[in-house]
Amino acid sequence: MSTVVLLAITGLGLGALYFLVASGLSLIYGLMGVLNFAHGSFLTLGAFAGWEIARRTGADSWVTFLLSLVLGAAVGAVMAALTEFLLVRRLYERHIEQVLVTVGLGLATVALFEGIWGTDPVFITGPAWLEQTTSIAGARIPNDRFMVIFVAVLVLLAIVAFLKFTRFGLIIRAGVENRSMVTALGIDVRKAFTLVFAVGGAAAGLGGVLASHFFGYVSPLLGGSLLIFAFIVTVIGGLGSLTGAAIASVAVALLQQFANFYAGGTGDLAVVLALAVVLLTRPSGLLGKKA
Amino acid sequence: MSALHAPILTVSTLSARIAGQQVVEDISFQVPSLGVTALLGRNGVGKTSTIKAILGLIERSGEVTLAGERIDGEPTHKIVTRGVGYVPEDREVFASLTVAENLRLAERDDNPRRELVEKLFPDLVARSAQLAGTLSGGQQQMVSLARALLNDNELLLVDEPTKGLAPKIVAEVAETLEEAARTVPILLVEQNLQVVRRLAAGAVVLAGGRVVHTGSAQALLADEELTKRLLGVHGGDDSNQPAPAPHASALNPEVRQ
Repeated sequence: MSTVVLLAITGLGLGALYFLVASGLSLIYGLMGVLNFAHGSFLTLGAFAGWEIARRTGADSWVTFLLSLVLGAAVGAVMAALTEFLLVRRLYERHIEQVLVTVGLGLATVALFEGIWGTDPVFITGPAWLEQTTSIAGARIPNDRFMVIFVAVLVLLAIVAFLKFTRFGLIIRAGVENRSMVTALGIDVRKAFTLVFAVGGAAAGLGGVLASHFFGYVSPLLGGSLLIFAFIVTVIGGLGSLTGAAIASVAVALLQQFANFYAGGTGDLAVVLALAVVLLTRPSGLLGKKA
Repeated sequence: MSALHAPILTVSTLSARIAGQQVVEDISFQVPSLGVTALLGRNGVGKTSTIKAILGLIERSGEVTLAGERIDGEPTHKIVTRGVGYVPEDREVFASLTVAENLRLAERDDNPRRELVEKLFPDLVARSAQLAGTLSGGQQQMVSLARALLNDNELLLVDEPTKGLAPKIVAEVAETLEEAARTVPILLVEQNLQVVRRLAAGAVVLAGGRVVHTGSAQALLADEELTKRLLGVHGGDDSNQPAPAPHASALNPEVRQ
């Protein structure tokens, strides 16, 4: 029983990380049709920014931890907004070029991060409570899992509230459904594009700081390793669906954890098989728009 | 031509393409500053493409002026904010948004004409919290019309507003457009010739992506032979199933004016 609880809560934590990356990917694709392969770099930069502030101001402080979350989100948002403004904006409706540019940016930034922070993982610590465990049904659960889940739920609620109660949110929801009709109502939908990139980048940056505590280290490859699963989650959930991304994040991470433990480390294979099943039976994903 | 009667919209040598395919070729016509002008033609002749080209929704070249100012180099949202209301073919309501959200999204300034819309479409008030995707076709058309009428417009571009609607709803839509036309000129794409007869003063007929006739809508519909040749139906025929489009060259060039 304790193993199941540990796997379930660890899976939920991992799912929370996937969601923080996939939420931005999904919104960006849903509104703009852009598959952003540089999204992992927003996460990695956020993680390094969080680590930089932690090592300068004392990693065991809660204030530092909160500051690192804020800084990670801000850095992710700025990098994402700049990416949209300087690179992607010129390439809307040019999908091949978008892929080339964002893949290129993803590779170039990894090299840049390696140049700045080195190729080896940098191990990090946080406030004492995050390093401790809590017993639930006999399982000793690392507290950072609860923190990741808590923050991801807050981010989900914040994005839902933003989409539901603000005019920009209304424009984004309508734009995901029918972008040209939004334009035909006299709305400059491109302003929303930059904002969506920034929101997605902030979530990824926040995810970077949390991922560094979840895994205990930060490295230039951190974002890329999570990005692959975030893409899978985005496709399974349905491109453009935030709720679909949330459900798929949890489902994929739980499947991965349980398959890894009970089926001889086949978690990644199980996820890819799940992706194949969804694509064959429901190509638009769990909650995606029908093609 | 005096300023009083200056056309609100002038289209000169307008061409348009969709995915590299020429869909509108070198067309020119004007829309007067009052009343309804019908843009007619058989299925697939480029009526909807013309409307989309005027709005900049598809790739186009040529000259388009609104109230004397060139708009053909502007993006769609700027053209619309100049005062062009658009009611698209197939309504294109946002299915996942409520009726109220659909209308709120369409408000272009701080003074939307909500009272007018509530007066014209009381059913929408009662259904404001309902998802637009769950409305009937007629109700969705009301949402689409209401989105355009919420704002003060210089011109309305209305594309097949009665398509697929029951006769009772067709009459309601026609009545709404008649009411709207008292204050704003309308360029109307419409297959239902009864509606055209009721609303339109002028007519522009397309065939094969070209203008093949311009003039009085009433005179056109009164001439059964001309109507049948240009539109494939009799003037008195209220069928919504016009004949397929022949190429422009198949039509008698004498009908060009």
